[in-house]
Amino acid sequence: MTSKPKVAFYWCASCGGCEETVVDLNEDILKVVAAVDIVLWPVALDFKRRDIEALSDGEIAVSFINGAVRLSEQEEWVKLLRQKSQLIVAFGSCAHLGGIPSLGNTANRELIFQRKYMTVPTADNSAKTFPCVSTLVDGHELDLPSFYDTVKTLDQTIDVDYYLPGCPPPTSLVGEAVRAILEGKLPERGAVLAPNKSQCDTCPLNETKPEKLAIREFKRVATSAPDPKTCFLAQGYICLGPATRSGCGERCIRGNMPCRGCFGPMDGVLDQGAKALSAIASIIDSNDPEEINRIINTIEDPLGTFYRFSLAGSLLRGSRVVETKRGG
Amino acid sequence: MARKITIDPITRLEGHGKIEIFLDQAGNVDRAFLQIPELRGFEKFCEGRPAEEMPQITPRICGVCPTAHHMASTKALDDLWKVEPPRTAKLLRELIYSAFMVEDHYIHFFFLGGPDFVVGPQAPAAERNILGVINKVGLEIAGKVIKVRKECREIIQTLGGKVIHPVCGLPGGVSRGMNEEERKKFLGTARYAVEFAQFALQIFDDVVLKNKDYVDLILSDTYRHRTYYMGLVDDSNKVNFYDGKVRVVDPDGKEVIKFAPRDYKNHIREHFEPWSYISFPYLKDIGWKGFVDGADSGIYRVAPLARLNVADGMATPLAQQAYERMYNTLGEKPAHATLAFHWARLIEALYAAEHMVELLEDPEITGEHIRNLPTEIPQEGVGIVEAPRGTLIHHYQTDERGLLTGVNLMVATNHNAAPIAMSVEKAAKGLIKNGEISPGLLNMVEMAFRAYDPCHACATHALGKTPLEVTVRDSKGVVLKRLTR
Repeated sequence: MTSKPKVAFYWCASCGGCEETVVDLNEDILKVVAAVDIVLWPVALDFKRRDIEALSDGEIAVSFINGAVRLSEQEEWVKLLRQKSQLIVAFGSCAHLGGIPSLGNTANRELIFQRKYMTVPTADNSAKTFPCVSTLVDGHELDLPSFYDTVKTLDQTIDVDYYLPGCPPPTSLVGEAVRAILEGKLPERGAVLAPNKSQCDTCPLNETKPEKLAIREFKRVATSAPDPKTCFLAQGYICLGPATRSGCGERCIRGNMPCRGCFGPMDGVLDQGAKALSAIASIIDSNDPEEINRIINTIEDPLGTFYRFSLAGSLLRGSRVVETKRGG
Repeated sequence: MARKITIDPITRLEGHGKIEIFLDQAGNVDRAFLQIPELRGFEKFCEGRPAEEMPQITPRICGVCPTAHHMASTKALDDLWKVEPPRTAKLLRELIYSAFMVEDHYIHFFFLGGPDFVVGPQAPAAERNILGVINKVGLEIAGKVIKVRKECREIIQTLGGKVIHPVCGLPGGVSRGMNEEERKKFLGTARYAVEFAQFALQIFDDVVLKNKDYVDLILSDTYRHRTYYMGLVDDSNKVNFYDGKVRVVDPDGKEVIKFAPRDYKNHIREHFEPWSYISFPYLKDIGWKGFVDGADSGIYRVAPLARLNVADGMATPLAQQAYERMYNTLGEKPAHATLAFHWARLIEALYAAEHMVELLEDPEITGEHIRNLPTEIPQEGVGIVEAPRGTLIHHYQTDERGLLTGVNLMVATNHNAAPIAMSVEKAAKGLIKNGEISPGLLNMVEMAFRAYDPCHACATHALGKTPLEVTVRDSKGVVLKRLTR
């Protein structure tokens, strides 16, 4: 029917922001449509699982999958797409490293259900009704996919060929990735399709970053106002720039807010949170253990800060991560 | 023979959605269910996080309306730290928010809801999309739609840092101000948006209101529910997206409750069903009576038509004219016709555009004082805004350091969960008779939820058909017939 390469888009546990990024290609999306044959895009095109099932193995040139894996249905879908695709691109922070939904790994299914369906102040649930995978209503059977105990990244579920980082990935990188795939100019399998530099290397505030940072107290944007023209770390605000890959256009920094690490680590770093932690530890300006402890205690929520976008993809990934309280 | 029809997936509503229709022996609809098979658990995993991070964490609930979560969250922080933002910061927040309402409402009208009317509810599926709309109204108009969306999103990008997941909101203000050059540029966008909004209403007039079949469809009982309505209003009871009190009117339009954000939990309760991950909110004082409408049932509706129904009018002149015209034409207030949500949406976009001009003509918007720093000890805060899809509530409790100990989020589509389920069931019952099922009829079932603006379909409809597959099964689950479009 067509000799154009077949392309699929799919989403898992995500917010839809990655889909919006594709729409934000604006006019350029038409060029993409002209060059490829989109066989699956649930939000845009006819969504037929049996059509995908009917394809030969490897018939799809590339599948872009966003979102983390939280439900049984998502796992089934990505396994099907792996079978049918030559290349799988993990699209965005959630597919790449777990993203914000993988902060859910600080709890588990039961704790989430308890909060959502029992203890919120608006719940009326004396009957203790929880979602069930199968329910009989007036003699009719209704099914739901099951909710896993933990969130997984895409590559903890299927083999992934390339990663497009960011929450969401900027349109420029999306465009470049599509071009590279169409022209067959891809880097080595497993690569992250963004520059292998740190945020600090490309940050517009980099020239205000002193040679040696020395921090005696960490501040919060809640109760103080950072100077937007000076390196956040130099002012004592936690910024994940040193442990985060560049390529986003420093959008948060230009909005006068510190980096939260959505692009993930640079090549060769196994655990972005650990890297960030060591970068921050190295700038604490004291040799006295007690004072070091005091300074460290001014960092609120280290787990949720250093692993904001990467908990599922980190060494801590599992549901046995317990709630970390201040100074814990 | 009893049969089961599955529409899975339907266009996304804050996640995936699935419609199950069960037919009786005669082939008429016995029951129809809209299920939401999605949950991520923000209410739990936000615990322990510093509250000021919430304006960046919660937009990840929805990448289509991240600005709504960002703003509700930021307002919850104001309340949490008991700090009032300076006037300039408030103007900037409202500007970002109004630009967002404009672009988001048009995405729905032109790409998602509009094709059903502009091209036709039973038109061939291949044409019932944005390309069909372009064919009908011309390429020039498509260019205008892209322009208004792009320019409004540029305002959010500039002031918010990122258009998808903004970062500018802080307790007591914003992180970034606006200069005079930007103000002039954005004022051009705002004036264009007003012009475009009038033009969009004219299209609605020409295509929908001048077509008797459509007007009959809008007014038909199949798409009608007499419910309570909820929405934010300002001090004069005019529609407001950013601030004010929540007003609730009964099915006859009488005000029954008006509450400040802080008091939301005295008035709303959530009912749960084992067959969906979504909860079903209702008015506490009226009570949960099942999936039924009327004054005895606590079910209420939110989003554009609900907001207009609870208000006494619009705060800007052109929108006020359009508002009066709509109620005169529909012949009732509150209006109960679900499909009139589309009309209300266009009137709101006009108001948002006019408000953008007002904000940008205010000399204080380029002021330098953009933040008041909190000095109080945080404990509890509630923030409410009107998201495009309805009332959005963020409620945070913290320890004395501002680390979250309790989070409750009632998102827009959530409030409409029960009404949408009822609308789908009523439309299915009204449209599917004696086992006769066609793709066109099933699209008309989908129109029942589409009027509420399901969260995700957006502009991406541009490229093809609505995702829909219907499988007709007998009572043992054997497939009798498949329909796709």
